[in-house]
Amino acid sequence: MEALDVDLEEGELELPAEPMHLNMGPSHPAMHGTVRIVLELSGETIVKADVQIGYLHRGFEKMCERGTWAQVFPYVDRLNYVSPMLNNVGYALAVEKLCGLVVPDRCQWYRMALGELARLSDHLTCNGAMAMELGAFTPFLWFVKAREMVWDILEEETGARLTHSFGRVGGMAKAPSPDFKGLCRAALPKILGLVEEGEKMLLKNRIFIDRLENVGAISAAEATALGWTGPCLRATGVPYDIRKAHPYLKYDEVDFDVPIGTKGDTLDRFLVRLAEIRQAKRIIEQSIDRMADEGPVNCDDPRVVLPDKTDVYTTIEATIQHFKLIMEGAKVPKGEVYSYTEGGNGELGYYLVSDGTGTPYRVRIRPPCFQVTGGLHRLLEGRMLADIVPTFGSLNMIGGECDH
Amino acid sequence: MSELVLQKLRERFGTAILETHSDFGDDTAVVSPDHWKAVCEFLRDDPSLDFDMPIDLCGVDYPGRPPALPRMEVVMHLYSVGKGHRVRIKARVGDEDMEGAEIDSATSVWPGLNWLEREVWDMSGVRFRGHPDLRRILMYPEFEGHPLQRTYPADRTQPLVPYRTEEEAGLPLNKIAPFGADEGMPFGRQSTPQPDDV
Repeated sequence: MEALDVDLEEGELELPAEPMHLNMGPSHPAMHGTVRIVLELSGETIVKADVQIGYLHRGFEKMCERGTWAQVFPYVDRLNYVSPMLNNVGYALAVEKLCGLVVPDRCQWYRMALGELARLSDHLTCNGAMAMELGAFTPFLWFVKAREMVWDILEEETGARLTHSFGRVGGMAKAPSPDFKGLCRAALPKILGLVEEGEKMLLKNRIFIDRLENVGAISAAEATALGWTGPCLRATGVPYDIRKAHPYLKYDEVDFDVPIGTKGDTLDRFLVRLAEIRQAKRIIEQSIDRMADEGPVNCDDPRVVLPDKTDVYTTIEATIQHFKLIMEGAKVPKGEVYSYTEGGNGELGYYLVSDGTGTPYRVRIRPPCFQVTGGLHRLLEGRMLADIVPTFGSLNMIGGECDH
Repeated sequence: MSELVLQKLRERFGTAILETHSDFGDDTAVVSPDHWKAVCEFLRDDPSLDFDMPIDLCGVDYPGRPPALPRMEVVMHLYSVGKGHRVRIKARVGDEDMEGAEIDSATSVWPGLNWLEREVWDMSGVRFRGHPDLRRILMYPEFEGHPLQRTYPADRTQPLVPYRTEEEAGLPLNKIAPFGADEGMPFGRQSTPQPDDV
C-alpha cells in the first residue's frame, strides 16, 4: 500500500466555500454557562462573532425599585459572586455620597482590607479558571485552595462564604472580629506561596505561554473607546485605576503600585492580575496595621444607621427608630448621584436617583464586565477558534453583573 | 474641578443646553435631544475636554410629568482618561405613551456605546436612530414591552413555554405567582406610581 498523501496537490482539493456557522454556548464549559457566541467560520478562522448575553438576567434594577435602600445589599452580592464585598462597599459608598455621610476611619480601613481580600478572590478565580480551561488543572486547584483561605477569613468575619450582605449604609454590619488581623497575617503568606507555586507551573510552560501571547490583543485607544476599565484596560498600558486616579476610602494613604501591561494581549491580562494579587496583599497589610482596635465602626446618624440591639429591646425610642428604618427605609435625600469604585474587573459605578423616600427611584449599576464583553468580538474576529477559550477566560466575564 | 466642561458646553451650544447643575460634585448638563450627537462629538473632539471613555448609558423613567416635559431621560456618563474629569449628560425624550422616544445613536462616536444603546432600547424603550444593530440584548426577541419603564408591572411574566396547568399535570400544583403585586414593597408604598409621586 502506498501513502495516501503523496500525490495530493492542494489545487485538487475541493474545500467548501460556504462559511460555517457554529454555536458556542451557553451550555459550554468555557462560556461559564451564561454567554453564547454565534460564530461564522472560514475553516478554523473566525470571520464574525456575535456575542449574546442575557441568560442570567434577573431584573436587578427593577427589583431595587421595590424595596428599601438597605434591601439592595443582598442583590449587589449576587451581581458579582466572586468579589461580593467590593460590590457591597461600592453601593454603600454611593448611598453615603447621596446622604453626605463619611464613615469613621476604623470602618474605612476595614472596608479596604475586606475589599482587597475580595479582589484577591476575584483574581485567583479568574486566573485559575483560565488556566484550567487551557488544561492546566493543578494550578487551578492551588489557586482555589488560596481562594478558600480568603473565604475562610471572610466567613469568620461575616458568617457567609460568598454572599455576605455585610455592607450597610453608614458602616458595616459588624465590627471587625478580634481575630481579624491575626487571621489575615497568618493567611497572606500562605496565599502568596500558593500563587507563586501555581505561577511557576504556568509561566514556565511553553504551551501555556504560546496560547496566550499575542492572542486577543487590543490597542489602548480602542480599549478606551470601548469603555474598558480595570485589569483589561491596564493590560493595554493605560494606568487608569480609580484607587489611584480618584482615591476613595483611604487609598491615598497607602503605598501600592498600579501594574500595567504593554501589548494588551491575553498574557498581559493574566500577568496584570497576578501582579495585582501582590499589590492587594500590600494594601491589606497596611490597612490592618493602621486599623484601630477600638472605636466606632458605624456613623452616629440615627437617620440611616440601625440602633444598637440592646437599646431596641429596652427603650421605646430605639424600638421606633428600628421599626421605621426597617419598614419604611432610611429616607435618602432627593437627588441623583454617580459613585464609582474600583471593582474586581474595573470601574464599578452606581447611578442612584432618589425621590426622597425610603425606596430608591432608580438604581443603575455600571458593571465593568458589560463593556468588556461588548468588545469581545473585536478580539476574536480574525483569530482561530481555539483562541476563544483563553481570550474569553482572561476577560473575567461575571454573568450576574454582565446580565444585570 | 470640571466646571470648565459645563462652561464650554454652554458657550458652544447656547440654548441647546437646557439645564446644568453640579449637585454632589457631579457635573450634569441636560441637552436638547436634537443636539445629542453633536454634543457627543464636541465632547470627544475638543482637545481641552477629550472625553475618550464612554462610562455608562441608561434610561430613567418619569411617567406622569407635566405635558411639556418628556417622560424618559437618557443619561450618559463620560470620563476622560487623560484629563481625569467626568460629565453626565442627559436628554429627555418621549411623551406619556413613549411616542417619539427617539434619539440619535452615538455609536460612531464611541464604539463602546453599541451594547449600552441596545440595553437602553431593550430595558427602557428608547430607539436610537442610526444604530447599526438595534436588537434586544438582555431579554429574548419575543419579549413584549420594556421592563424598566415604571408602568411595566413587576409581577408580569412572559414565559416562552406556557406554565403547566393542573389538568395537564393531573395533580394540584398549589402554584403561587413568582412575584405578588405588592411583594417587596416597603410599608405604605404602592407598586404602581401615582401621578403626584413624581
